[in-house]
Formats: sequence, structure tokens, C-alpha cells
Amino acid sequence: MATLLEQAEVGPGPTSADLGRNPWALAGRRLRRNRIALAAGGLFLLIVLLCLAAPLYAHDVAHVNPFVPNLNGTTVVNGKVVPVMRQGGGTLHLGETPIGPTWDLSHYFLGADSTGRDIASLLLYGGRSSLLVGIGSAVLCCLAATVVALIAGFFGGWVDTLLSRLMDVIWAFPVYLLAISLATELLTHSGGFQFGPLHISATSLWTPTVIIAFIYVPYVYRPVRGQVLSVVKKEFVEASIAQGAGNLRLIFSEILPNVVSTVIVLFPLMVATTILTESALSFLSVGVQPPNVSWGTMIQDGTSLLYTRPWDSLAPGIMILLTVLSLNVLGDGVRDALDPRAKVRVEG
Amino acid sequence: MLTFTIRRVLATVLVMFVITVVVFVIFFKTPGVDPARAIAGRNPSAQVLQEIRAQFGLDKPLPVQYGLMMKSIFISRDLVSYSNQGVKVVPEIAAATPATLSLVFGAAIIWVVLAIAIGVAAALLRGTLFDPLLMVLALIGVSAPVFWVGQVANMVTQGGLHSTFLFSWVPPLGYTSFTQSPLLWFKGLVIPWITLSILYIGLYGRVLRANILETQNEDFVRTARAKGITERQVLLRHTLRTSMITFVSLFGLDFGALVAGGALLTEVVFGIHGVGYLTYQALANLDLPTIMATVIYGAFFIVLANAVVDIGYAWLDPRIRPT
Repeated sequence: MATLLEQAEVGPGPTSADLGRNPWALAGRRLRRNRIALAAGGLFLLIVLLCLAAPLYAHDVAHVNPFVPNLNGTTVVNGKVVPVMRQGGGTLHLGETPIGPTWDLSHYFLGADSTGRDIASLLLYGGRSSLLVGIGSAVLCCLAATVVALIAGFFGGWVDTLLSRLMDVIWAFPVYLLAISLATELLTHSGGFQFGPLHISATSLWTPTVIIAFIYVPYVYRPVRGQVLSVVKKEFVEASIAQGAGNLRLIFSEILPNVVSTVIVLFPLMVATTILTESALSFLSVGVQPPNVSWGTMIQDGTSLLYTRPWDSLAPGIMILLTVLSLNVLGDGVRDALDPRAKVRVEG
Repeated sequence: MLTFTIRRVLATVLVMFVITVVVFVIFFKTPGVDPARAIAGRNPSAQVLQEIRAQFGLDKPLPVQYGLMMKSIFISRDLVSYSNQGVKVVPEIAAATPATLSLVFGAAIIWVVLAIAIGVAAALLRGTLFDPLLMVLALIGVSAPVFWVGQVANMVTQGGLHSTFLFSWVPPLGYTSFTQSPLLWFKGLVIPWITLSILYIGLYGRVLRANILETQNEDFVRTARAKGITERQVLLRHTLRTSMITFVSLFGLDFGALVAGGALLTEVVFGIHGVGYLTYQALANLDLPTIMATVIYGAFFIVLANAVVDIGYAWLDPRIRPT
């Protein structure tokens, strides 16, 4: 427990207002003062809102269904009706170039992808999958890692040794190769993955979510376990034991509240990592599966149009860059706010 | 030191054993998945399935199955890719290794040199506008998906600007081995090197900057200044040297991970036929034996690299050796 004396030694200007405030309120105030982190948080929120509005945009503004290929459709550019796919190359539609960006929000704003679908609408729908998989896997990963870390750190001894070695083994795998192995193994079976009562269909968003969550568990586990170990030996835990508290009570009301801040610091950075991983797996076609789209699958689609229609891969890439960048900056801010005396810090 | 080395080696062997068990479970024991069908790839004939069941002893007890898998990967090295006309997997991986090593080594040189330059510059220029600017650039590098950066690089160097003097020297995508033509090898790898190093320049620059700032307040730096040596010497001989510890250990781990398949995305985007590209092709064909072998070899390489880093560390710094 940080005593007032310790805070006075290092804290940023211990004013009289700080006395008696709980650490969360102090952290909240530090975060509110960090304008760059707030701006980053705002940007992330904006991206989330835009992606949530995907059906609105597709239905009411662009008037397209971005999940249906549109090889024979037409659209309007400067008042003229033009085909979405240029140069009618016979019935097979080979060698056709989709329409480029029109910069007109209601008519193929960013152009069409290789099957004539509206890129702007796909971008928003793709963002939903990317954010869903990214945030979902980060939540799952942090939850799993915290549970394992609590068990390992609290019980110690051989339990700790066993779990920690297990985490070492998972972490020894090359991250992408492990994800790829799991994904191919699950995707070779259109029937999906059956585990007891749980059934995950192969094309479901759950497949990449679970895989990505799994491969990053050791990464979160290590710092959280370290925190658990340092808390377990503290006097207030001893005091609780002396009062006759059981194991569950010790874990949930004494130790967990003291490691939560570590998890919260890691969380935005984990979402940034998992979104990048999702895009990579989808780019390699082992992530999000059709009919779903994500920013990663869009970049993959753009590969064939790289030199003729660069926006097909530029747009989703820029979205990933902005999302991950905002999360990284926000994550830095959260860490500085919650852990102002952190020894291991990237920013000085 | 000897006891430490022996213990570290024993631990490494144990981890390797568990890795093979994990791979075995993933590929042979995923609930609800028939391993023979998975290994055989798309539309297998009944005969191929029969062959696989016999080769891996799928009707035999678990330890026998595990033993047969290990034998085909490490001893007889006759693991066959069914999706790829019976090509032997292990020699294929060995043949692909030089391309991966070329890519990773070159990128590593770029990122180490630039990261040190950026980290030192940012730490020295702290308080000026240069420092936050460098850090933002570094953060952008960390946040961009590497395969997309590669695509944008291709767009620029292979697209419209390819015909201009700027990028006319860039050869078409692909890899030329060093023995074939050193010049073409170099030209073809410049853009991939830069692409791969972008992520790490930012990351390492930030880490180094933080460490330098932390070290600057240490007593021994003050002592060095007090004895009257130049600022330049204080930086090079005292501050930087101590600050490099985290940098070096990170480098060992990242380098190992990249050689072991982490460079996959860069290889795919630039058509460099290394180990990662092999895995990518295997993915497209649902070629499980190849993936199985690259994963095991990759993980082994990482574990070995970690052990070497640890032992090297203990040798450099006696305080780290546990007793």
C-alpha cells in the first residue's frame, strides 16, 4: 500500500486535495489532464461509433448491400450512369477493373472491390469484425490470464511452477505460426469445433477470437502473476487470514482489487495487439472467414488491385493504423495515470 | 556458471519436449477432428487416408503415435506433404532458410543502427520539439500492420513510380539467392529490409530512450562526469553501455522469433520464398505436415535463441546467475 509519505516523495505535486482521495480518482484526474491521451481515446470512440453505424450508412446513404457481389450493377458519377465494373469482358467478368473512388458519399465513395462491392460500406462493416474480434479476444485473454495468474500466484508451490512452465511453452511458439496451426486445424473442418457442449462454427468470428486470445495469454499472465506474488505477502492479506477469511475471499476481496490496475494498464495495449494480429491472420485467410469481412480480408482483396485501385487496400490499412495508434497512445496515457511510478516504462 | 549452463540446457530440453507434445495434441488430438483427414489435405483418396493411418499409427496407443510423429520429423525426416505431390517437408524447410536469414539479418542491421540513433537523439534532445516528434513517428511505425506497409511500398516502387528514375532500380518481386547474383540479391531485398525494420526501429528507439533517461540519473554517471571526462565519453562508455542491456535482450528474442517464422508476412508480401512463405503456401493448400514441421522447427529455434541469450547474459553479468 502506498502510504501518504511515499506519495509525497514521488507523486506529481501532492496538494492538500490529494489527501484522502482514493487512487482511482487520482488516476482519473491524471488521465483527464493528459490531453493527447484523451484525444486518442476520442479518436478510438469515433471509429467505434462509425463502425457501429455501418448498416445506417450502407442502407440509407450508399443504398447498397455490401455483402452481395455487384458485377453487373451501375452507379452514378457526375450525373452519368456508369457500370461498377469497367470493360465488360464477357460473362465471366475476367480482367475487369472495378470503379475507383468517386468521392461522392452516396455513390461508391471509395470505389468498388474486386467483386463490385462498395468499399466504403465494407470498411465500416469490416471495422465491426475487426473491433469485435480485437476487443473480444483482448477481454477473453485478460480474463483467462488473470484467473490463471491468481491461481498460480496465490497457491504458489508446484501449482505455480506447473502453470508458469505451461505459459512458457505456449510463449515459446512463434505467435503467428501457432495461430496459423490452430486456425488451419479448425478450418479444415467445415463442421467447426466441438468441445463438450461448446460448438464453434468454423466461419464464426469466435474462431479467430478464441485463437488470438489463447496465444496472448502468457503475455498478460507474466506481469499479472508478478503483481499477485507481490501482493500475497503483504500485511493486509495476513490480517485477513488472521480474521479467518477463506481462500476465495482472500483472492477476490484482497488480492484481485490490487492486481486489477495491472490488467487495466495492459488492456488497451492488448486490444491494439489483437487487432493487428486479427488483420494479419485475415490477410493470410485464416482469420475472419467469408461472408464476414474485416480490415484484414479487405487488404487481402486489395492485393490483386494494388496498382489499379490502390484504395481497396489503402483505406482499411489506414483504418487499422488509426485504430491501433489511438489505442497505443491511450494505453500509454492509462499506464502513466495508473502507475506513475512504474519502473519499466517505454516513455521516460 | 557451469551449473547454471547445465540447468538452463536441461530446462531447454524439457521445454522442447513439451512443445512437441503440444504440437502433437493440436494436430492429432483436436476434439472432433480426424487427424488422417486433416493431414491428407483436400479431397483425399481412401488409399491415402489408409497410408496416413498406417504411417502415424493412428490405431495404436498414444505414446506410439507420438513416437511415430517425432520419428518422421526428426529421425527419418520423411514427413511427406500430401497436398504437394509427396514432397519431403524437412529438406524443403532447410532449402528455404537462407532467404529468411537474408531478410532478417539485413533488417536487423538497419533497425539496430537506426534505433540507437533515434533513441540517443531523442534522449539528448529531450525538451525540444524533436523528441516528441520522433516518438510519434516511432509509435506510428509500431501501429502499422507490416503486410500493409509492404503493400504500400510495393504500390510506390512497383506501380506508377517504377518507370521513373526513383525506383527503376527495384527488381520485380521475388528473391534471388546471393550465390546467383549478389547485386540482384541486394537490390531485391532493400525494400523488404526497410519494411520489416520499420516496426522495430520505433519500438527499440523508445525502449532505448527510456533506458538512457533512467540511467542518466545513476550515481556512476555522476561519478563519470565528476572525474572530468567529456560528455561524449560519458554517453558512449557509461550511459549507453548500461542502457543497452534491455535492448540487447529484446533483440535476441525478436531476432529468434523473426527467423522462426515471424517474418512470414513480409515474405508473403514481397514473394520471398523463405520459411514463412513456405508456411503460407502450405496454408493455401491446407498442407498440415508442412505447417507441423515449420511450427516445431520454429519453436525449437526460439527456445534455443532464448537459452543462448540467457547463458550469454549470465556470462556477461554474474549478478543474473541464480545459485
